[in-house]
Amino acid sequence: MSAGTLPVRTRVAVAATRAVNALSRHAGAGSGTVAGGNVGLALDPLLLERLAAGRPMALVSGTNGKTTTTRLLAVAIEGALGRAATNATGSNMPAGHVTALAATPQGAPAVLEVDEGYLPRLVASLGPRVVVLLNLSRDQLDRTSEVRMVANKWRRALSVSPATATVVNADDPLVAWAASGAASPVWVGAGLSWREDAVGCPSCEGRITFAAGEDGGWACACGFSRPRLGVRIEGDDVVLADGRRLRVALALPGRFNRANAVMAAAAAVVMGAGWEDAIRRIGEVDEVAGRFAVVGVAGCAARVMLAKNPAGWRELLDLVCPGERPVVVGINARVADGRDPSWLWDVPFERLRGRTVVATGERRRDLAVRLHYAGVPHRTVRDEVAAVRAAWMAGRGTTAAGARARCARSPHLAASVEGEVDFIGNYTAFTDLMARATRTGT
Amino acid sequence: MSLEIVVVHPDLLGTYGDGGNGVVLAQRARWRGIGAELVDATSGEPLPTGDLYCLGGGEDAAQTASAERLRDEGALERAVGRGAVVLAVCAGYQILGRSFTGADGRARSGVGLLDVRTVKGAGRRAVGELLAEPADDRLPLLTGFENHGGLTIRGPDAAPLAQVAAGVGNGDGTEGAVLGRVIGTYLHGPALARNPALADLLLSWATGRRLEPLDDVEEAALREERISAVRERRARHRVRHRVRYELGSS
Repeated sequence: MSAGTLPVRTRVAVAATRAVNALSRHAGAGSGTVAGGNVGLALDPLLLERLAAGRPMALVSGTNGKTTTTRLLAVAIEGALGRAATNATGSNMPAGHVTALAATPQGAPAVLEVDEGYLPRLVASLGPRVVVLLNLSRDQLDRTSEVRMVANKWRRALSVSPATATVVNADDPLVAWAASGAASPVWVGAGLSWREDAVGCPSCEGRITFAAGEDGGWACACGFSRPRLGVRIEGDDVVLADGRRLRVALALPGRFNRANAVMAAAAAVVMGAGWEDAIRRIGEVDEVAGRFAVVGVAGCAARVMLAKNPAGWRELLDLVCPGERPVVVGINARVADGRDPSWLWDVPFERLRGRTVVATGERRRDLAVRLHYAGVPHRTVRDEVAAVRAAWMAGRGTTAAGARARCARSPHLAASVEGEVDFIGNYTAFTDLMARATRTGT
Repeated sequence: MSLEIVVVHPDLLGTYGDGGNGVVLAQRARWRGIGAELVDATSGEPLPTGDLYCLGGGEDAAQTASAERLRDEGALERAVGRGAVVLAVCAGYQILGRSFTGADGRARSGVGLLDVRTVKGAGRRAVGELLAEPADDRLPLLTGFENHGGLTIRGPDAAPLAQVAAGVGNGDGTEGAVLGRVIGTYLHGPALARNPALADLLLSWATGRRLEPLDDVEEAALREERISAVRERRARHRVRHRVRYELGSS
């Protein structure tokens, strides 16, 4: 922990950051990532810039996949650059960044998840080596700006940062636009399953036409089109510009995690890692901040997943359907979730027809009405843990025989069959359940 | 009979889940044995002929693009002339007016089906729960979530849809506008999921018949919860003026 080269004021701020976070954790007030950072920033307004100085740094932003990609990138560069400072719990504003940096030696590499709105400012003030731009789609419309406005702000910041490389999802026209003035972009064909926010051309306000199929590219009549890909995903492989083909074997499920993994690996390579080493390390990660973990809830095993907006929900419904496990859906609408759950109507819940479904969370009634019109029979249960229990009880007949005995006897055994209930929650519904769940081990 | 329900420009006006209004109308018709077809009419294609049209909320640039397309095409005005029913929400509501403010701050011409014009509000965006007492006393309280920066000024030919009980609405104490079978409103939620009686009013206009009631247990529970949430917040904030509440009687 050498902070010796920093000014006294900064050293005091670092010490205060660590102390307040430790206190906050002991007091059980939270995960101890925001309070300390705020105190540190109050003592030294330039704390973040000073802690960032001299570090090889990557920033990761976008609507979906930030936390996962940040974690995968931190893991991917560990062999080449050593252990990175990283905001692993998703505290993605400056207080969280200060906490992450203050916890590591000065000069250690840093991989920071960044809120979309803060990205332009941090690109300018921190001068990162690489910025990873994942995707942009509607999210928390009651408090964040329109996605087009975000893309324009990113574009302005990146076009005046010649020392910052970008790794960009070329399949998303909005982020491709954001990176169109950036220095040395690496264009990755990372896919885009939610196109509803991308049809308006960001360059001319005309219409973007997407070619049929998953990997067909896109173009507008004005000439703005998908850039030539430097990195492509083909089935289980990643194909590089020089023709090299590498197998991507992941412990994490889903198409979207494959995309996150390839984006992370491409950024790790920009930072100095080798492709093979990066992909091998990424492949070993089997959960990210609890997401996709199998946890014990009221005596049975639940696979827990987080989806925050229509794009994320669509990906997770692809993952859980088809299937036969009961599904618990938890919806809250606190400030961190966005206070307007109208987006529930953008999610194809019709796909859950035929499953045992339980609606829970503070806005379970909005969800219940949505499910009603989707033709999905369901129950509503106020308490999340009780909801998981109810789903498991109701689904006993349809899941594998002996499920109940397995769950009751040994959560570890239940975990080995991948959980008996799928729980998908939005942000605070997910974190509330996790706070009450027990890890069943891996 | 079979109803043709057209969701207008979901690629431009689909930002706030308002596409759900079409789903609610179609399902409530089907549950009564009335055939219903739901058509997503994207902006690149000609607007199809329909019995009911739904327009949703959208971002500024998309709103301008949609308004230009509808104005040039003229198909929506012709449909209304034939007696079609229209529900327009937020940006869609503003589009149906005489003018609204574009992303660049310039006034843009609307479709002109409602005698309203919308200007940029001076203060903060109106974001939050909206509760309104409908002018049509056959309808119960209207509940929804508003999120807009516009101030909508009604002309002499635009009757308000409702009086605001909590929230902002048009900005002058009224909410939405009605002319014949065209309704404009700031209610997201989507509006018809949270106000099934309004959905049934639109369906009865479109079918020309009285509709038997449905068993709206889930909708009633949601309405009660949202109306109570607004009431509790107002009580906490010690707002003086009284509001009539009506819990779940839809």
